[in-house]
Amino acid sequence: MLVHSRAGRWAAWGLFGLLFLPLFALPLLVVVAASFATYWSGALPSGPTTANYAAAVRGESLQALTTSLITAVAASLLALTVGTWAALAGAALRRRGKRLLDALFMLPVAVPSVVVGLAVLVAFSRPPVLLNGTGSIVVLAHTVLVTAFAHRSVSAAIVRLDPAYEQAAASLGARPAYVLWRVRLPLLLPSLTAAAGLCFALSMGELSATMMLYPPDWTPLPVRIFTATDRGSLFSGSAVAVVLMATTLLVLLAVSRIRTRASYR
Amino acid sequence: MPRSVWALPPVVVLAVLFLYPLALVVQQSLTPDNGGGAFDAYARVFGSRAFLDALGTTVWLAVGATLGCLVLGFTLALVIAFVPFPGARAVAKFIDVFLSFPSFLITLALLFVYGTVGMANGLVTEFTGAAEGPFHFLTTPWGVLLAEITYFTPFVIRPLLAAFSQLETAQLEVAAGLGARPARIVRRVILPEALPALGAGGSLVLVMCLNEFGIVLFTGAKDVTTLPMLIYGKAILESDYPAACVVAVVNIAISVGLFGLYRVVSKRAGA
Repeated sequence: MLVHSRAGRWAAWGLFGLLFLPLFALPLLVVVAASFATYWSGALPSGPTTANYAAAVRGESLQALTTSLITAVAASLLALTVGTWAALAGAALRRRGKRLLDALFMLPVAVPSVVVGLAVLVAFSRPPVLLNGTGSIVVLAHTVLVTAFAHRSVSAAIVRLDPAYEQAAASLGARPAYVLWRVRLPLLLPSLTAAAGLCFALSMGELSATMMLYPPDWTPLPVRIFTATDRGSLFSGSAVAVVLMATTLLVLLAVSRIRTRASYR
Repeated sequence: MPRSVWALPPVVVLAVLFLYPLALVVQQSLTPDNGGGAFDAYARVFGSRAFLDALGTTVWLAVGATLGCLVLGFTLALVIAFVPFPGARAVAKFIDVFLSFPSFLITLALLFVYGTVGMANGLVTEFTGAAEGPFHFLTTPWGVLLAEITYFTPFVIRPLLAAFSQLETAQLEVAAGLGARPARIVRRVILPEALPALGAGGSLVLVMCLNEFGIVLFTGAKDVTTLPMLIYGKAILESDYPAACVVAVVNIAISVGLFGLYRVVSKRAGA
């Protein structure tokens, strides 16, 4: 306890509320409020309606939602595979090799997402691989962007792993592949699911790289929100944004339940 | 078979999907496919007013937003950790959720709060009867600055809360028992402990602000152009790929350099 006087404590809480509520709580509330409104000309939104949601779950918006879900699931699975493989292989390397591998896999975080989008667009619009105009170019770009996060959280978990388990398994005659499949991966499962949730959330909200290379028939939710608000349909855009937030939260919640069940094993 | 062979498949995937495209961007910036000599595109871009303006805007916005995030994040983390109130844990949880949302939602929300027909302007016009509200800063760089500070402050709060939880509370009690006032305790005990976390959080936020695109795009302001916006404009709107590649190379150089700095700082901080 830093402040002992009652008045001082209330002053600190007052300052906190004054900063925290308008800056962090208000934006999310405002988007939710706007998604139920038809116009907003006074202090509060008016014309309560659910028409925005009716529009947000059919037609192009529904297509954008499924596009986003497919992209996020595919990119997360790819990123998790590559990132976990790299983290496991890196743990077996010597110090210098491990540091090189870590730096290599962190690089996509340091490079601006817009540049990642531009680079993937330039590289796959020419032979030998032509992907421009297909949905898979979006999936590829998302994979590049989220692999770094998968790699980082899995390699942090590998460092904390108790080597006694795998040594015991190996001393009982288990082959390396068996130790990996039956001992190390199950022990890593909580961090794998956490990494999957993180990758999914990042991919669902990705806009920068996507804007560079999305084809007209593969528009994820963030692009859909942008085109709606850019046209001036702020309220239907808000409803789509709420759908995006709710989907992300639901998946994160589901993933955290898997994690708690796995950690009881 | 040496163990390092197992590291090859993921490295090959990364090389094909990321390193090869990046190398192509650098190559395109030097010798474009559609003709032109080496460094022609560089001379053209570096000589243009738009590029210099974008560079200046990007840097001052990023530095300003980082300073704002540090001050605000330190203040909020201080209250959460040391003047706890019922629901402080829920606030910490809320901050984690906040981080999983995309940045452009903040700009969208600010349109309803400070936009021409939003909450703040609506309140003022209802009270004063004026035809127009006083808030018009959303389409200026200040709107971008406000959105960036809002979105990135949690990235400072999180490492700070982790650092504060390591702090021995007995130190605070002893300092208070010896008669130190709260301001002095913050300055002499808490701030030195928090410096590594502030450095790590601040440099991460600096890199992310330099590369931020969604917030600026949603603002829709014509006169706020940052480097990522310039890349998007050159490549997608003007189809001038050589120029886009040149700006991209500059942007990569700045942010990879700063990110290297972040890695060094956060290693020192033990994060």
